[in-house]
Amino acid sequence: MSSAVSCARLVIGRDLRLAFRNRTQLLHPLLFFAIVTTLFPLALTPEPSQLRDVAPAVLWVGALLASLLAIEFLFREDAQDGTLEQYALSGRSLTWLLFAKTVSHWLLSGLPLALMSPIVAYGLAVSPAAMPGIAASVALGTIALSLLGAISAALTLGIRRGGALLSLLTLPLAVPLLIFGAQATARAIEGASLVAPMYFLAACAVLGLTLAPLAAAAAVRISLE
Amino acid sequence: MSAHRLSGDSLHVFRGERHVLRGVSFVAEGGDYLEVTGSNGAGKTSLLRTIVGLVHAESGRVRWNGLDIHADAGAFHAQLAYLGHESPLKADLTPRENLHFAIGIRRRVGGDEIARALAETGANGFADRPVRTLSAGQRRRVALAGVVLAAVPLWVLDEPATHLDAEGHALVGRLVDRQRAEGGIVIAAVHAPLPVAGAGTRRIGLTLQ
Amino acid sequence: MDWTWFHRFGSPPHLYGLAGRLTPWFAWPSAFLIAAGLYGGLVLAPADYQQGDGFRVIYVHAPSAWLSLMAYTWMAVAAAIGLVWRMKAAHAAAASCAPLGAWFTVAALCTGMLWGKPMWGTYWVWDPRLTSELVLLFLYLGYMGLRSAIEDPQRADRASAVLAIVGVINVPIVRYSVEWWNSIHQAPSVMKFGKPSISWPMLTPLLIMFVGFTLLFVALLLVRLRGEILRRERHARWVAEVVAG
Repeated sequence: MSSAVSCARLVIGRDLRLAFRNRTQLLHPLLFFAIVTTLFPLALTPEPSQLRDVAPAVLWVGALLASLLAIEFLFREDAQDGTLEQYALSGRSLTWLLFAKTVSHWLLSGLPLALMSPIVAYGLAVSPAAMPGIAASVALGTIALSLLGAISAALTLGIRRGGALLSLLTLPLAVPLLIFGAQATARAIEGASLVAPMYFLAACAVLGLTLAPLAAAAAVRISLE
Repeated sequence: MSAHRLSGDSLHVFRGERHVLRGVSFVAEGGDYLEVTGSNGAGKTSLLRTIVGLVHAESGRVRWNGLDIHADAGAFHAQLAYLGHESPLKADLTPRENLHFAIGIRRRVGGDEIARALAETGANGFADRPVRTLSAGQRRRVALAGVVLAAVPLWVLDEPATHLDAEGHALVGRLVDRQRAEGGIVIAAVHAPLPVAGAGTRRIGLTLQ
Repeated sequence: MDWTWFHRFGSPPHLYGLAGRLTPWFAWPSAFLIAAGLYGGLVLAPADYQQGDGFRVIYVHAPSAWLSLMAYTWMAVAAAIGLVWRMKAAHAAAASCAPLGAWFTVAALCTGMLWGKPMWGTYWVWDPRLTSELVLLFLYLGYMGLRSAIEDPQRADRASAVLAIVGVINVPIVRYSVEWWNSIHQAPSVMKFGKPSISWPMLTPLLIMFVGFTLLFVALLLVRLRGEILRRERHARWVAEVVAG
């Protein structure tokens, strides 16, 4: 057990250190998120009450697309430099190692997006009282999304120009997350109770935690074949 | 140390529609060195990937100590070090960091042990430079240090001496011979024969299908 | 347990022959039942007191929608069998299911829109059933897209199999989430598909159509499966013999 934990710590440690050496790459999805959400007031209206109405949709579609951008790179480098091969042949559970990789991916992409969502929401005229709920819903939603993305990223490994295909595979599967997440955000803005949508998001995350690493490991093995 | 034994019986492997391996059989026991030769595209890499279990043979089995390798893949992989065509290193980490993370997943490894392995493969001169600044031959030396550090009985090496200079070739030969002296098995795909001891050396010649 | 029957069943020449022999047993009953169901539904059944003759689209819409889901389930089951037992014939079956399922999904969408026009005054509303049917179509397209993007046929089989299994777990969640979404945003002006007090003269043709469409699906699947097996085994000796005569 302890060796499994130290394994995961090593995998996460390696990813965090690599990310730290390549800081600008981490900023790309965040910048994307900021820019996309800036486009809406420009395309729509600067009128605060209208912006507030569309804020849940803008936030969630933006967050979804921004994390898709990050998911594309989840396994790509590891596949190219042979790290995934070594993981598969390490004698450790590939499922567990990929789970650790997904955790570090969430720490580096989902969590920053969640922390940034209140700033973006403020730009959409959302009152500060709603911010904790918004950040929590984005954090929970991106956990499930990272896990889902791990499957699609693993499936599209080795496909030339797989980016568009990755979106085609992930977005339909992410429909429930979008629905529950946007609803949670809408309720946070209204000041209503978040319990129901958050509960559903959590259920999706738990289902993802149990099944997604298995599916991703199967997909990685197939890509190595 | 109990003697290990690796065998393959009439392995058939397809890559897409190409029938790459047609009934390849081999046996290797502790102390053996199996050299896989053949022209480009003859299936050397496919054979190695089948032996380590990344590729499933259409028919035929690979057995490790009598047991099908896919029966308990985790236990088999724990006894195996595989070095692919590319050196599996992170360009933004130093050789020392690379080995710390890569070997740490397999077993607990100390910094002095890593330093010793790097010294042995002639890589301690650049142990703390980012891998992206290293030449292909230098990276190969780091990757070989990783194979040594795995401390496992079975080595499967795909062109271990590629990019290496004459001294590097001799180094690979020495490492292989030492692994065999310790009762290990080495299987390598090569273009030019490695300078190893003659006894216990066998060749599998693959021809282009 | 003796598994030889399983592998014999899965061997391409055997399956090719079997599929050929079985096809008429599904095709003819299906043609008969669909003809009977259409006659019963379009001629014999009375018009709905609320929806008039428009409701008759249900005789094509409901079976198509049912098959769009069933085809996905079959595809996932076949894919799982292929993945676990490395059975090529199962992958061929999964590959044959996908376009059929996608076409039934398209049929369900189109008939749903035709049904919606007189009721809502527009072809498209974000009705929960239509919406989840649309997401299902995207799932099918993603599956086929992944299959065609991977060059190595074995890898394409196995990767798309993983996707099919993930998808089949996701489909009920999508359905549920869309229902939930609809229940929140339900605008009072939108008329829902009423549950007409369905009478036997209306229901009987519908049941006949369900059975007829299911048999049609199986017959089409068998035909596609034969084509798929031939395409995959085109270099095998037995295929040359089949083609020669």
